[in-house]
Amino acid sequence: MIRWLWLIPALPFASALVLMLFGSRFSRKAIAALGVGSIGLSALITILVAIDFFASPPAGGAYTQLLWTWISVAGFTPQIGFYLDALSLVMVLVVTFVGFLIHIYSAEFMIEDEGYSRFFAYMNLFVASMLTLLLANNLLLLYLGWEGVGLCSYLLIGFWYRDPANGRAARKAFIATRVGDTAMSVGLFLLFTQLGTLEIQDLMHRASEQWPSGSTYAVIAALLLLGGAVGKSAQLPLQVWLPDAMAGPTPTSALLHAATMVTAGVYLIARTHVLFSLAPTAQFTVAIVGASTMLLAGFSALTQYDIKRVLAYSTVSQIGYMFLALGVGAWQAAIFHFVTHACFKALLFLGAGVIINALDDEHSIFKMGGLREELPVAFWTFLIAGCSLAGLPLITAGFFSKDLIIWEAWSAQQGHPALWIAGMIGALLTSLYIFRVIFRVFFGPLGIPVTKRPGYAMTIPLLVLAFFSIVAGYLKVPLLGFLSSALPATIESHTGGLTEIGSEAVAALLFAIGLYFAYLFHLQKRSLADALMANPVARVLHEWWFADWGFDWIYDKAFVQPYIWAAQVNKTDFIDTFYTGVAWLTQLFYRGLSRTETGRVRWYAAAMAAGSVLFVAMVLFK
Amino acid sequence: MLLAGILFSLGLTSLLVRRNLIFVLMSLEVMLNAAGLAFVVAGSRWHQADGQVVFLFILAMAAAEVCVGLALVLEIYRRCKSLDVDGLSEMRG
Repeated sequence: MIRWLWLIPALPFASALVLMLFGSRFSRKAIAALGVGSIGLSALITILVAIDFFASPPAGGAYTQLLWTWISVAGFTPQIGFYLDALSLVMVLVVTFVGFLIHIYSAEFMIEDEGYSRFFAYMNLFVASMLTLLLANNLLLLYLGWEGVGLCSYLLIGFWYRDPANGRAARKAFIATRVGDTAMSVGLFLLFTQLGTLEIQDLMHRASEQWPSGSTYAVIAALLLLGGAVGKSAQLPLQVWLPDAMAGPTPTSALLHAATMVTAGVYLIARTHVLFSLAPTAQFTVAIVGASTMLLAGFSALTQYDIKRVLAYSTVSQIGYMFLALGVGAWQAAIFHFVTHACFKALLFLGAGVIINALDDEHSIFKMGGLREELPVAFWTFLIAGCSLAGLPLITAGFFSKDLIIWEAWSAQQGHPALWIAGMIGALLTSLYIFRVIFRVFFGPLGIPVTKRPGYAMTIPLLVLAFFSIVAGYLKVPLLGFLSSALPATIESHTGGLTEIGSEAVAALLFAIGLYFAYLFHLQKRSLADALMANPVARVLHEWWFADWGFDWIYDKAFVQPYIWAAQVNKTDFIDTFYTGVAWLTQLFYRGLSRTETGRVRWYAAAMAAGSVLFVAMVLFK
Repeated sequence: MLLAGILFSLGLTSLLVRRNLIFVLMSLEVMLNAAGLAFVVAGSRWHQADGQVVFLFILAMAAAEVCVGLALVLEIYRRCKSLDVDGLSEMRG
């Protein structure tokens, strides 16, 4: 079965190709069958491969399947090859499985859209690129998947292309991630020129042999890769694109946030963890980036009123947790949090999709309310996912994964009490912002009436994901054990002053505090929230956080405006003048010649006669 | 030869001056015949048969040209109800 590994990315890709070429001729049922079925098959094969992997673990804990040599030039021979170990297997399982559920959901969600086949073609391509990225055995193939994911995110964010705002959001996502991608490609060049290969395992091996810990090259290469990861995973300072990426259809957001794209950066760092271990400075930067993004995004999420934007900031914040874990060397914890996050974040987005669909495209949480009895399935699943996100103790998956990260931020060798405190504040913020949404949307007086109720294709994925949002937490011990064949365990050092139970108790307390304040401000005494808004300091803070801490404004002033200015100034330089002149001359000739085309035959005949006389004269009297 | 020259310029002038398509065609014929005459005269002057051979070619070509030309004229008349050349200037550039 493990020989079928190549089919996992190939199936969605083939289906995307067929849908792109012939999609407009298929009926909607056929499109849905093809689009959903290919991902389903891929998920099935992944499960078979996983069973095979468990039953007879390959030598060295990893299986490599080389298909063919991609390029062969001057000693540079990257291959199309897939590498399967515990890390990529876990990621692929989550991506295909969650992706499959999201596809089922979108088969109903998008049913009335005119671009049905286009949508599924993009979604399939998205999943295929992500799977290529995860399974690639060399960094170049990984980069191909990386760019494929970027392209698909552009296509899907700008899916409803008739609205120019969506096109702008898509461009913003593409350009912001491109900044990171450039850093990453420079990093790849550096790694290749220094170590002579891009094959990941080889590369890690050579890096640990040739570079001493903390050497300049290791730090630079790790920082450049981090640049790529920061772009894709929407971390500080490139996080600006993700909230705007909400312009796409809701299933896209679910796919983008849960399974694909944003976790690519986490995967990249986990995959190249040897390199980051060699560069403690870069690794510490990862932790700092993670912690600060987590806090900034958490505060921003508190102020948003668009339900999808709250969830977007929450993703940024949760990916911040994963980066924090990576930064302190808790590799396994980061991947564990990825797994649980994929379940509950996909669920939150799909739930939000149900709500938005039911309320006739209303996004503002302040106009919603009292949906608890109107949309019971959405309510219960959203509540489970929200609790999981905020970390309801001992029951939900998020509690186990997040508290593991927070604990390791304290106890790991690279950990620091400040990081622990940041993690704790993040937990409080998470609880606050998600219950703010839940209380506003599902409780209180009825807001906008419900016009449409979800069908089975939409509710079943919700229920399955809700199940996993709880159960995934209990897989903590086996999952971490399984991952240990691919990722080293965290090096624990200073555990003094606090135990793991103690840390979890503090987190649980903060969860309860967040829940209580959300309840106080957004359900029991809503006037308190208004009173808070009346306070000038609070209002300024609110506006500041609402505008994503002014990052867009800074980027606009620092990069966009000078660029436009330079382009304006440069508009009439020498070369442009030359080409404008050519165009002007051509136009002049065109005007002159078209004037002679009078349509009068006699003039033409006269011109011909005169011309022949002229030529004869030239021949005779030369 | 002089006669041929006069005939040719007459044909050309009437081609440029006339507005009726039929007359335009007729003046074309005149020009063709003038050219043919020039060939025949040149042939008899240098005692060569080529001039007459070429005249036969011209004759054949003129016949074909008249066929096509008249067919076009008929079609134009049906379509536009007029044979005014200047009126038919719809294909202005």
